[in-house]
Amino acid sequence: MEPILQVRDMVTRFYSVDGVVHAINGVNFDLYEGETLAVVGESGSGKSVTMMSIVNLIPQPPGKVEGGQAIFSYGEMAQDLLQLSEDEIRHVRGGQIGFIFQDPISSLNPTMTIGSQIAESMTEHLGFSASEARSKTVELLRNVGIPDSERRFNAYPHHFSGGMRQRVMIAIAVACRPKIVIADEPTTALDVTVQAQIVDLVKRLQEQMGVAVVWITHDLGVVAGLADRVLVMYGGTVVESAPVDNLYEDPRHPYTIGLLKAIPRLDATGEAETEELEVIEGVPPDLYQELTLCPFAPRCGYAFDRCWAEVPPLIEVGVQHGAACFYDVERGGPRNGS
Amino acid sequence: MQRYLLTRVVQSLFLLLGVLIVVFFLVRLTGDPTSLMVAKEAPAEQREAFREAMGFNRPLIVQFLDFGAGILRGDFGDSLHFRQPALELILERLPATFYLATVALLLAIVIAITIGIIGGSNPGSAIDSLGRALGLFGQTIPNFWLALILILIFAVNLGWFPSFGRDTSISVVLPAVALGFGSMGQLVRLTRSAVLEIRNEDYIRTARSKGISQFKIGARHVFRNASLALVSVISIQYSYLLGGSIYIETIFSWPGLGNLLQQAVDGRDFPLVQAIAFFISFFVIALTLLTDVAYALIDPRIRYSS
Repeated sequence: MEPILQVRDMVTRFYSVDGVVHAINGVNFDLYEGETLAVVGESGSGKSVTMMSIVNLIPQPPGKVEGGQAIFSYGEMAQDLLQLSEDEIRHVRGGQIGFIFQDPISSLNPTMTIGSQIAESMTEHLGFSASEARSKTVELLRNVGIPDSERRFNAYPHHFSGGMRQRVMIAIAVACRPKIVIADEPTTALDVTVQAQIVDLVKRLQEQMGVAVVWITHDLGVVAGLADRVLVMYGGTVVESAPVDNLYEDPRHPYTIGLLKAIPRLDATGEAETEELEVIEGVPPDLYQELTLCPFAPRCGYAFDRCWAEVPPLIEVGVQHGAACFYDVERGGPRNGS
Repeated sequence: MQRYLLTRVVQSLFLLLGVLIVVFFLVRLTGDPTSLMVAKEAPAEQREAFREAMGFNRPLIVQFLDFGAGILRGDFGDSLHFRQPALELILERLPATFYLATVALLLAIVIAITIGIIGGSNPGSAIDSLGRALGLFGQTIPNFWLALILILIFAVNLGWFPSFGRDTSISVVLPAVALGFGSMGQLVRLTRSAVLEIRNEDYIRTARSKGISQFKIGARHVFRNASLALVSVISIQYSYLLGGSIYIETIFSWPGLGNLLQQAVDGRDFPLVQAIAFFISFFVIALTLLTDVAYALIDPRIRYSS
């Protein structure tokens, strides 16, 4: 199967007054039709910036996408999104790629009805008349679980609870039946019970519409129940990429291993129940420095001389499984040829 | 919405009553206004006759009720100087003042909002620098000085516009620029900062993520939210322009209310001063009420609370 999105060697920097922030340092990944790809990593690891860079949503200035490709293909069409002008890319954005943001309270315009905020992109990208867009919006509101949708079309965001607003955000994201939906921590600002409902809603819409979902999160629990594949990001690079089961059972990057050991388990028994959680010593990398070594090397127990001298590429360690590490944790020594 | 409107109308009526009381009692602070209105050297019999004619010898409460009832009938008393009803004089001058204030305000709004939005959307650009300069000069240059300079350059040296009166259609240009320049400065600054702030809101990012054009984002999302901040200031500026055009009307001999007020104060024409003060307060209160209605129309959050 051909991926609908192939990102290669993407580099994004922010030129701030304090210096250059190397936010994204050569990111590679593929996204396949209809799949759910989880992107995990700590704050500042480049999860959101990666996705925003693809569709020219990072603030410019100070941000700038300085290299790489993002090939978006559907049907016969294939285009490098990073080469498009703002006027061309904006039709991809909203039309082909939808967004759900973290905070549904501040992400909706307080002075516009929710109906018109959803209908807006339909008239823009699908060429709908106002009345067509209205009836499609009412249908969509019903589909995302907002009761009495005919009347709610004219409601304002402040009439809705956080969970309901996130449903509206989801309706906005899928309004034009995009190929890809990028969900940037959509459950972080919500109650735990509401989180589960939102996850279920996105899954259901994904099945209905066959849309690929990129789920940006730092909640590894959500990832396990949701994703087909996982990208682990660190210091503006992808350090591990694997199908979700492989990642949890057989992590190959020392950072991923450390992350998984830091999660408390409710089902732990015996000795494991009283065991202390492990922490990853050290601090995240300084993004003002240009990346010339493995970003994780200063915190890594396995680091050897090569790790300090060059940036490891994503090395294939299994079926669809890549790890950006010179050390073979399975064999317990430097990888062959390292 | 209706309840909100009703509350605001009732509040405004009370405010108007307050103004009435202040206007009435200010003239009577010394006890008997006769001494304010009649020349010092006038003989005692003449004073007594005046007091009798004006009804100042009656109890205060009767005088006040009479004053209030008169206003309800549209009777503000007669001007001492012009010897005709104050209301007539005011209504005669009112259109000129409204015209001048409205032209000044529209000029300020159109220029300020255009520059403010374009500048705020492109910080650091040439238009942005222009906006910041206008903001600074608009708020620091006194309007009477600007009026004299405008007369010097555009009326005396270049001869493009008349320097006084309201005889031709372009007579309004110089006084309107002089009067509206300060408001323009304030509005440019306000628009610019509102746009700068709103550009960084999450919902603008959402609008961008929907792929709608820059122009629509500006018009629908940024401007509508920015106008919340502008509406109240525009209304304050308008009442300021209506009531505060005394210098400008005097400098340009503009036949308006400000000019009349200046004459009335000069001539100790108290009934006229009272009537003008009441009228200007009435407009300010009416404008504030309209502003609140406009607010409620723009911001749905106000409409439903309260």
